[in-house]
Amino acid sequence: MVALVPMETFEAPGVQSFDHAAEPIFAGIPWLTKFMLQAIVAVIVIVAFWVIMARKNKMVPSKSQFIGETAYFFVRNSIARDMIGHDFRKYLPLLIALFSFVLVNNLWGIFPLTLMPTAAHVSWAYGLAALVWVLYNGVGIAKHGPLGYIKHTVLPAGVPWYMWPIIIPLEFASNIIVRPVTLCLRLFANMFAGHLLVLVFVTGGEYLLLHSDSVINKVAGGASLIFSMAIFGLEIFVQCLQAFIFTVLVAVYISSAAAEEH
Amino acid sequence: MTPLEITGSLAIVGYGLGAIGPGIGVGLIFASVIQGTARQPEARGAMMGTAWIGFAVTEALAIIGIALAFVFAGQ
Repeated sequence: MVALVPMETFEAPGVQSFDHAAEPIFAGIPWLTKFMLQAIVAVIVIVAFWVIMARKNKMVPSKSQFIGETAYFFVRNSIARDMIGHDFRKYLPLLIALFSFVLVNNLWGIFPLTLMPTAAHVSWAYGLAALVWVLYNGVGIAKHGPLGYIKHTVLPAGVPWYMWPIIIPLEFASNIIVRPVTLCLRLFANMFAGHLLVLVFVTGGEYLLLHSDSVINKVAGGASLIFSMAIFGLEIFVQCLQAFIFTVLVAVYISSAAAEEH
Repeated sequence: MTPLEITGSLAIVGYGLGAIGPGIGVGLIFASVIQGTARQPEARGAMMGTAWIGFAVTEALAIIGIALAFVFAGQ
């Protein structure tokens, strides 16, 4: 049987495509992987951005102050104030730090020199979600006390007593277990799948264009390479959206942990 | 002769099937937001807040699906 495309020598991208970034850059320093380097550079970039934007604030803003204020007001008004309510100022530094960290680390996925989102390694998403889990439970315990917080979390107000055996395990699983797991897996899976999508288009297109004799395959490969630019555009959108959703969900979790009973 | 031989993991096909439900669910959520915004534009902020939470809860199904697809892909 004549195969349409000679697939025998094509190595499809998969989980192994991420291994190179998890290996140490220098043999002597085991912890310095590509992911770690990106995260360190991201922190430096973020700190530099906010320090430069916050320096020399004036009544009539300069260009840099205007950009910084727009970014700050976006997180402040459309995430913190809308989700947490009147008590939002306490949590604003955390939300801005999380938003900038996740956004810059996601954008490494389309930055030409790195081309790998940091959260495509699941440990980074686990770490962020663990931080958030400790934080929103801590906020709830500080607000209601340990026993009060457990009652507040597992038992919504106004549930009749005969529903308690069903509601209490469900609410516990939903609020304590599923929330952090989905928070980290959402970020990880979107970054991982997005990078894999780009890899499929680029490596598949390259293979069809250069390693195939048929003219139709060459045209299809070229079209695939051109279309990968559109996939990069989609990736920019997904990366910004995921940073936004991550911060929104953190704000929602904090506000539901700190909410008063009505 | 095998006319068409497909190799690979059935778990990925299962994930494709499993993603149908969350896809429809997320579509329904944002369809409702668009309708609501068209009827009452000033209520957009309140609706978007609820919509993001509903979106996150619905999308959780697809996310658990892709995690399980990778867990079972090796078997």
